[in-house]
Amino acid sequence: MRGLDLRIDPGERVLLLGESGAGKSTFLHALAGVVGDDEGETEGSLLVDGEHPAAHRGRTGLVIQDPDSQVILERVGDDVAFGCENLGVPRDEIWLRVRDSLAAVGLDVSLDRNTSALSGGQKQRLALAGVLAMRPGLIVLDEPTANLDPEGVTEVRDAVIRVAESTGATIVVVEHRVSVWSDVVDRIVVLAAGGGVIADGAPADVLARQGKELAARGVWIPQYPPPRPVRAERGPQHTLLSARQLTVGRSNHALGAPLDLEILSSHALAITGPNGVGKSTLALTLGGLLPPVGGAVVASPALATGAGEHPIRWKSRKLLTRIGTVFQDPEHQLLTSTVRAELEVGPRALKLPDSEVDARVEELLTRLRLDRLAEANPFTLSGGEKRRLSVATALATRPQVLVLDEPTFGQDSRTWSELLALLARLVDDGSSVIAVSHDLDFVAALADSTVVLE
Amino acid sequence: MIPIASVNPVAKLGAGLIVSLFLLATIDWVSATTALVLELAIIAFFGIEPKRFWLRTLPVWLAAPLTALTILLYGRYDGTVYFEFLLIRISDGSIELALATFLRVLAIGLPAVVLFISIDPTDFADGLAQRLRLPDRFVIGALAAVRMVGLFLEDWRSLELARRARGVADRGRVRRIAGQGFALLVLSIRRGSKLSIAMEARGFGGDTPRTWARKSPWGRAEWLTLLVGLLIGVTATVVAVLTGSWNLIVG
Repeated sequence: MRGLDLRIDPGERVLLLGESGAGKSTFLHALAGVVGDDEGETEGSLLVDGEHPAAHRGRTGLVIQDPDSQVILERVGDDVAFGCENLGVPRDEIWLRVRDSLAAVGLDVSLDRNTSALSGGQKQRLALAGVLAMRPGLIVLDEPTANLDPEGVTEVRDAVIRVAESTGATIVVVEHRVSVWSDVVDRIVVLAAGGGVIADGAPADVLARQGKELAARGVWIPQYPPPRPVRAERGPQHTLLSARQLTVGRSNHALGAPLDLEILSSHALAITGPNGVGKSTLALTLGGLLPPVGGAVVASPALATGAGEHPIRWKSRKLLTRIGTVFQDPEHQLLTSTVRAELEVGPRALKLPDSEVDARVEELLTRLRLDRLAEANPFTLSGGEKRRLSVATALATRPQVLVLDEPTFGQDSRTWSELLALLARLVDDGSSVIAVSHDLDFVAALADSTVVLE
Repeated sequence: MIPIASVNPVAKLGAGLIVSLFLLATIDWVSATTALVLELAIIAFFGIEPKRFWLRTLPVWLAAPLTALTILLYGRYDGTVYFEFLLIRISDGSIELALATFLRVLAIGLPAVVLFISIDPTDFADGLAQRLRLPDRFVIGALAAVRMVGLFLEDWRSLELARRARGVADRGRVRRIAGQGFALLVLSIRRGSKLSIAMEARGFGGDTPRTWARKSPWGRAEWLTLLVGLLIGVTATVVAVLTGSWNLIVG
């Protein structure tokens, strides 16, 4: 980003918008003073309280998107205390601040509680408490609710507002989902992709003037919901997979009650439910990747076509044309160093002729808007691009069943609606789609039936 | 019951080191046996559940006989030879040395494992930084890294499943694990850099002298722990010297 002129007054609550790549995260990192001089070029000046941001660490607190990568210590109390220790706050004062901060974010757990046992929403509030304990004048939040379930989103949003009201701290937040914040901020600033500011003003004004434009660029604007696919007439359905008295779990520890399920062709099934009930584990088990703890996952003869009736016993290669799985974190599935090579992995494992491999890869590159990135390293892609790539790699081998774990997590509205259109077409063309999702809009737009785990 | 869990981890480390130093100075079965008997008598008062004790110390119980076996077959040749085959030669000398080694591995390994069962990484880091005055950055950095090990284990499992889903899990085990190891390395570097940003954003690595939220207490219990370590080492040495079996390892 370049050429940005912006002045934020003490106590303001600002929502920062802009399409992916507009440099919002970079700007927040710079505000927090964690952009090193060796990481890219800087021109112009950025002052917090009239000084260089790195000059007084702790005046600005930063909360980032990924809950797991900002938990630092093992016990809740110690983690909140970490910032204070670094600022040289005396011991007695630290523990007063720790208790105050945990109360302010509404995290009512023991100080000795293990931080890895917290839910995503609790981890984000823990991070906020850790920031708050440093008594910052400015709190910047980089998509703090993007990776959370609806309950977690509300928890974190409410905690931020409570903190702002009680401390008077200035808040700058970046988030794609405008509806979460539009009622509680007093200013929206829209950054241009090339640099500079497109719009700046009261939320209602900015949304009225720029809403349509922003929605087209992937920002979630309540008044302009992303388009939903028109569904086609579908052919007759038949069973591809069935779960019989299935219990799932890791290392033989069962999660939840036995389950019976029929997975049909031309059908989209959504799996929902609160955190920790085993939705992802169920998805991996249906995907033939984890062995069932009890009962069985059975492939119909139409799906198995000679591979045997238990997907978990299939060779890895046999899965490719039968059941594809898209993981929650796309990075776990990356195997190569270019987008093109990534798409070729599946077709090559099937030993398809070169011409067929090329044809499939080209088609997917175009269809998922990845053609300009064909030679890029998958790890350098944005979140939305990585998600599209991980779906594309599964589609390259044309599986009859596609299993997806939280496919819309953290996606902008444009990727969201493209993904939805793609999956709807797969279903209309006869495939079966199984999606684990917290995203109620997504479920409503796609699912033919829903299983709620409890 | 001895409340060993609340003793400063640095004292536990110290006591373990002291015993090891005495036992590493000599190689004979008397000193090792004496130390082992004293240690087991003390460990019995720690109140560790038997199942936990055996599970955690299992590696030591496996390592001791394996090391001893190697020495039995290939160790120093002395006195009567009982069996000979190629390089293998079992003699009075190798039997004695094997026995001494077996006991020594137990006498050093068991207390080390038992003392470390009760060590909390955070308390240990506090002790290293506040008591031994090791540099903050090093200690806190290592502590944060240790906490990430759990995440790496989860990553590893996901990588394994993801490879099966991508159709590449059928090829050779060695190649697969090598590829997966590289992927884990990439992921862990990314996780590490995110974590370091989070730490920096909370003022870590600044110029302000750091304070410590937790005390790292040092008092009678800690001195006593060191003293017990010293007594075990001295007793073992004295008994070995008196029975004439103490032999200093030089070089």
